[in-house]
Amino acid sequence: MAETATPQTPPAAPVALQAALPPTLRRNAPLVPTDSAASRSLAAVIAILTFLAALCAGAAEIVASSAGQWQGAVTQEATIQVRPSPGRDLDADIARAEAIAKAEPGIAATRVFSKAEAERLLEPWLGSGLDLSDLPVPRLVTLKLADSPVPDLKRLRGALTAAMPGVASLDDHALWLQRLSTMANTFVGVGVGIVTLVLIATGLAVAFATRGAMAGNKEVVEVLHFVGADDDFIARAFQRRFFGLGLRGGVIGAGLALAAFGLAGLLARAWRSGPAGEEIEALFGAFHIGWRGYASVLLIGVIASLVTGIVSRLTVRRFLA
Amino acid sequence: MQFENVGMRYGLGPEVLSDVSFRIQPRSFQFLTGPSGAGKTTLLRLILLSVRPTRGLVSVFGEEVSGISSEALTSLRRRMGVVFQDFRLLDHLTTYENVALPLRVQGRAEASYRAEVVELLRWVGLGERMHVLPPLLSGGEKQRAAIARALIARPELLLADEPTGNVDPGLGRRLLRLFVELNKLGTSVIIATHDYGLMDLVDARRMVLGHGRLQIEG
Repeated sequence: MAETATPQTPPAAPVALQAALPPTLRRNAPLVPTDSAASRSLAAVIAILTFLAALCAGAAEIVASSAGQWQGAVTQEATIQVRPSPGRDLDADIARAEAIAKAEPGIAATRVFSKAEAERLLEPWLGSGLDLSDLPVPRLVTLKLADSPVPDLKRLRGALTAAMPGVASLDDHALWLQRLSTMANTFVGVGVGIVTLVLIATGLAVAFATRGAMAGNKEVVEVLHFVGADDDFIARAFQRRFFGLGLRGGVIGAGLALAAFGLAGLLARAWRSGPAGEEIEALFGAFHIGWRGYASVLLIGVIASLVTGIVSRLTVRRFLA
Repeated sequence: MQFENVGMRYGLGPEVLSDVSFRIQPRSFQFLTGPSGAGKTTLLRLILLSVRPTRGLVSVFGEEVSGISSEALTSLRRRMGVVFQDFRLLDHLTTYENVALPLRVQGRAEASYRAEVVELLRWVGLGERMHVLPPLLSGGEKQRAAIARALIARPELLLADEPTGNVDPGLGRRLLRLFVELNKLGTSVIIATHDYGLMDLVDARRMVLGHGRLQIEG
């Protein structure tokens, strides 16, 4: 029989054989059966977990980028507060404070808030239509800081305190910025933690599913061993199958998350015309997760697939060992 | 292949095989027979290295198998072909894919063995059934597919467990002729069977198992 096979086969024979093969003949079907209810359930679980992880990553990215924008806007500004005090000319104090600020290199521009503007700032707290003329409302001078030369705010603060002790003070928003940064970092940290937990949950779900598949395909594994397959070959067969499932779940989950962010962006844009829209936009930006957000959503999809493949391979190797 | 004083028990149960010693010469042909429960399947599993003996020495292709690495085990198994009594074809693969399996697990590309597999399928009379899934094959067709799968990698040792158990006597004799031809081409053959009529057709050594002990006749 062996002699009748390939060695003496004329060169044209394989072509003839190929032509004679049924065109629909399946030749390389996956060795581990793929389309079972358990497979579909696992793909759905991976899709849901990927979706949740991607939502979480996107939300953390929105918070981080919004906080970054606020910080960027705030660090470009500093404010001099000039308090009215008995026996002093407030307007002269303001003019003097502005002059000191202007003399400092690195201050790009100054703007003095008029009395009316300063009172208007209190309206959200005190209501409108009140006569505030009797109240000692402090006045503000906002300073726009230049990128270069970098202003020396410490020296400016010293100059103001020396010139008008107890009257003028400089607020560079450092405390507020620190809190904002802590809050943003906390959000990002929580986001990373949740994404990690979700990926671990994916790994565990895959490990369980792989064990189930190994038990369900015991005969396939046994036959593969008897026909000369080594453990690595069998592990690869399972890994291929589970990577496929992971990829399917990851693509669906990440796709749904991208669609959810797209939809949220559209809704945010539609609401922007209303009064609440401005507040929403002030808080969350335009609901754009940016390229970094999109990249992290896609990355989570890819990582979920890789976790699925690697965990299934390790599980099979351990099972066979 | 050599067995020396091999004993085998499952767990704490009684010995299924006791002091079994024999040698399978290269290019030899033998039947393995004995009543049900005599330990034929256990002996075949020992030869296939799917279980290890509780005592005694088993050498396969000159290599002593106790403490053998899994890589070495794989390479020994690749030199054997086996036909199971219940065929053990994979139901989700076509007849062609089932027969090609031993070559596929060696990592060969499908195009490299296509002609070989098709030729063998035609030789065992399954040329028109190669795209069919095993559940749709008749008992005889499954039998031939299982035999083709055992032969495709040109094994040095062929084990067949009741290979004629599910086919009519005519086909049984044809399959036996196939094994004899294969033996002439250089493969050692062990056929486990109850069928004395079949054994009478070939003048070959008989390994008779009874109560866990082995007797060699002829």
